[in-house]
Amino acid sequence: MQFPILSVIVLTPILAGMLILLFPKDRKNEVRVTALAAASLALLLSIWVYFSYDQSLGGLQLVERYQWLPSFGISYYVGVDGMNAPLVLLTGVVMFTGVLISWGLDDRPREFFAFLFILASGVFGVFVAQDLFMLFFFYEIAVFPMFLLISIWGWIKTREYAAMKLTLYLFIGSVISLIGGLAMYFESGLRTFDMTLLARVDFSQGFQVFWFPFVFFGFAVLGGIFPFHNWSPDGHVAAPTAVSMFHAGVLMKLGAFAALRVGIMLLPEGAKAWQPLIMGLATVNIVYGAFIAMVQTDFKYVIGFSSVSHMGLVMLGFSTLNKEGLTGAGIQMFSHGVMTALFFAVVGMVYDRAHTREINELGGFSKKMPWVAIAFIVGGLVSMGMPGLSGFVAEFPIFMGVWKVAPIVAIIAAISIVITASYIIRIIGKVFFGPMPEEFEHHVGDVTVLDKVALAVLCILMIGVGVYPAIMSPLVASGVERILALLGGA
Amino acid sequence: MNLGSNNLLILILFWPVLVALVMLFLPREEKKLLRWVAFLGSLVPLGFSIYLWLQFDPGVTEFQFVVNYEWYQVIGSSFHLGVDGLSLSMVLLTTLLTPIAILASYGIQDRIKAFMILFLMLETGMLGVFMALDLLLFFVFWEIGLVPMYFLINQWGSEKGERVLWGGRKIAARTYASFKFMIYTMAGSLGLLLAIQMLGVGFGTFDLVELTKQWPVSTELKNIPLGVTSLATVKAIAFWAFAIAFAIKVPVWPFHTWLPDAHTEAPTAGSMILAGVLLKLGAYGFLRLVLPLYPAESKQYAGALAFLAVMAIIFGALAAYGQDDFKRLVAYSSVNHMGFVVLGIAAAAKAAGTQDAVIALNGAVLQMFNHGLSAAGMFFLVGVLYERTHTRNLNEMGGLFPLVPVFGGILIFMSMASLGLPGLNGFVSEYLVVQGSWPIFSLFTALSMIGLFFTGAYILKGIKKVLHGPLNEHWVGHITEINLREIVVIAPLMVLILWIGIWPGWILTVINKAMSALF
Repeated sequence: MQFPILSVIVLTPILAGMLILLFPKDRKNEVRVTALAAASLALLLSIWVYFSYDQSLGGLQLVERYQWLPSFGISYYVGVDGMNAPLVLLTGVVMFTGVLISWGLDDRPREFFAFLFILASGVFGVFVAQDLFMLFFFYEIAVFPMFLLISIWGWIKTREYAAMKLTLYLFIGSVISLIGGLAMYFESGLRTFDMTLLARVDFSQGFQVFWFPFVFFGFAVLGGIFPFHNWSPDGHVAAPTAVSMFHAGVLMKLGAFAALRVGIMLLPEGAKAWQPLIMGLATVNIVYGAFIAMVQTDFKYVIGFSSVSHMGLVMLGFSTLNKEGLTGAGIQMFSHGVMTALFFAVVGMVYDRAHTREINELGGFSKKMPWVAIAFIVGGLVSMGMPGLSGFVAEFPIFMGVWKVAPIVAIIAAISIVITASYIIRIIGKVFFGPMPEEFEHHVGDVTVLDKVALAVLCILMIGVGVYPAIMSPLVASGVERILALLGGA
Repeated sequence: MNLGSNNLLILILFWPVLVALVMLFLPREEKKLLRWVAFLGSLVPLGFSIYLWLQFDPGVTEFQFVVNYEWYQVIGSSFHLGVDGLSLSMVLLTTLLTPIAILASYGIQDRIKAFMILFLMLETGMLGVFMALDLLLFFVFWEIGLVPMYFLINQWGSEKGERVLWGGRKIAARTYASFKFMIYTMAGSLGLLLAIQMLGVGFGTFDLVELTKQWPVSTELKNIPLGVTSLATVKAIAFWAFAIAFAIKVPVWPFHTWLPDAHTEAPTAGSMILAGVLLKLGAYGFLRLVLPLYPAESKQYAGALAFLAVMAIIFGALAAYGQDDFKRLVAYSSVNHMGFVVLGIAAAAKAAGTQDAVIALNGAVLQMFNHGLSAAGMFFLVGVLYERTHTRNLNEMGGLFPLVPVFGGILIFMSMASLGLPGLNGFVSEYLVVQGSWPIFSLFTALSMIGLFFTGAYILKGIKKVLHGPLNEHWVGHITEINLREIVVIAPLMVLILWIGIWPGWILTVINKAMSALF
């Protein structure tokens, strides 16, 4: 039997989390070191998974399957294809950098890392799950720690409100999709939750069209689709830095990914029927999100709304249902995950020093922390879709895909590029350059080496994918082949 | 060809990035070291491109030194580079001006490391545009160049000056200028981006050589957007999408308003590259993409383009004459001179295939090269003057000739080159443009002569206000003669200007073949 690498990846964080809980609570450094070790292990394994995937074979690989509740047709069934392999890598990266950046967290780090790692296990689980039940199982595992993390360690002013709002939104969403999932389970008559089998079932047109919105939009809530995006900026802002990174970097991908895997892949006819609506909503996401980001005065809200705008691009890519669009969406999930993790890390670093996030009160931070400024600029350029960076590699195919289906949408959505550029440039100019207010001049210092490592890792990934897209695009394209096969050739 | 020359383009293209990477690890206090590494590092691509020039076979019309690697296979884009006579002269111009501009910015004290790294990255971005034979790759480099330039203006631009926005808020002039530059160009590129995507979707490739063969003759297109029924309309829209993106960069009137701001606020070296090379990117886009991809549309709309070009020539000259800020004067002169490039291109588009068209194109390309030399030189001299006087206001100078005779002589020489004095380079190219355009657009060419007249007026105004007239006593003892480093900067430009003016044959042979086979 081959080494069960995916199970190890899924279980590493949660086991490490349990282990951490066993430590005495004043042993903060040991907690941190253990957390870092576990995160490094998960990262290395996810790199291994990413590179060991054989694109020439395609399909599901590294499959593991154990019966769990055979009488209900539930099995523990995991595997990777071209679509989720980059997301596994993304989760590993965000987990690793998230731990590095939370090194200085002093308020109950033991519990913090434990919850964070439970969350990470849930995320890994959703990405690799090939069984619908398992997917829901891990999904809930991922959502719940979020509530605790935000309400305990969050920004004191809004954390309870935001945590409650976020959790309720996401639970309602997942319940709605669960209903859809159960409908498929019973309709198929196979009494199985195995998604590879469910995908082969020929659900009737009427069934698909009726149930698709339940499944798709239920998950898309977590992907931040308009008009259900409302929880997301609030949640981002209230969450502590590492959690915002996870939240925007990975969790929103979780929603989008599950909407793809369960919604589009299992109910392709439904997807075709609802395509115009998804496309319309995604366009609203992109343009409206960008405009709202432009008028925010709180640094973190700008980034929060930019996530809404960029996740709209992912949804837009999905809605094309063609090769270019889906490939672009796959890369965009990775690219945006890395980029937004970096953004929130930067916001956190600035906030830790300035204790304010009002853009107008900040200024001149590039002198005190040049690494952070450079990292933010790189991330900002990615977000503008600047060629040579991962954002362009992702957005260009998305727009190409849209162009094939509905050119007018491509034209409208492309406007967001300029709007994004304007708010990113404004932030760069206001926060990192310009004169530094007196009050910060003395007590603001540079970030730690660990922070720099984290920022460097994130930047290198964005530049690497941007300069040499072949490192990711063929892999994602091979995953897209699977989806296209389900959509009926094309 | 051996392996070395096979990858010569890649070497030239990425060498600056390599130097930038090395500089990343140098200590930032070692100002001298950083300057010399950047300067010597940027001489290497110049050496290679001279070698490229010598190895180049001017008798061949195909692209030479071609490299073609897989890059973004999923959407059908490849890393395809190659040069013909047009690209080659632009590559030479870029690699020549970069070390000169770096040498010119030795006076910068603030964050030299970042400055030099940005500069080298800018060079790669510009070279990439001139070498790319893949539409997507072209776009990649087209946009990449924006970023370093934005920061050069935004961070190292002139520290004085404020702009009042509507609403009464005041911001630093360099912030305003850099923002305007960035947003203007990005917005202009949106249409280009969408049009490129349309081509990519329609043909499944971005390869320029392929598209040039297929697109102009194609009679059907998949996914015609917006319910437009005729392919002709689609082509016309796509033509304008391309044309506007490039017109903003050139800049053609009325899209030029970013230019005076950006030029004026940029640091000296930034203005030199901006005028010397960045504006050429727009003209290059017209020549490399618009004419070959849209021969019919170009012909159809050539009149409109020529009209805009003449407006740029006349208004650019008048606006330059109206300036009291020396740098702004030179900035508007760029609008004026680039107008001739566009006029030549428009004339050639109108009369494609004729001898006049080839002459006009030759003139346009040579004018690109010449303007690169003279504009860079003029901005440098303005910078030299500013470093000593800390003002750019022409009215505060006056009678400086006796104080700085060598500088004065050089300034007059450069101004004459800019004015188009026979024997210097500007005359040759403007004459070729005018000769080529005359039979095609007689009226417009005649009108452009008005612009040429005012060119003389504003050039002489600049010389008169700075060098002649009553001596402004304030400067006695305050102003120093041009120093050796600055002479080293300007000397190669002067030599080339004179050389092309007296014997333009060496460069025209290279350009001519490419122009006769352009489309």
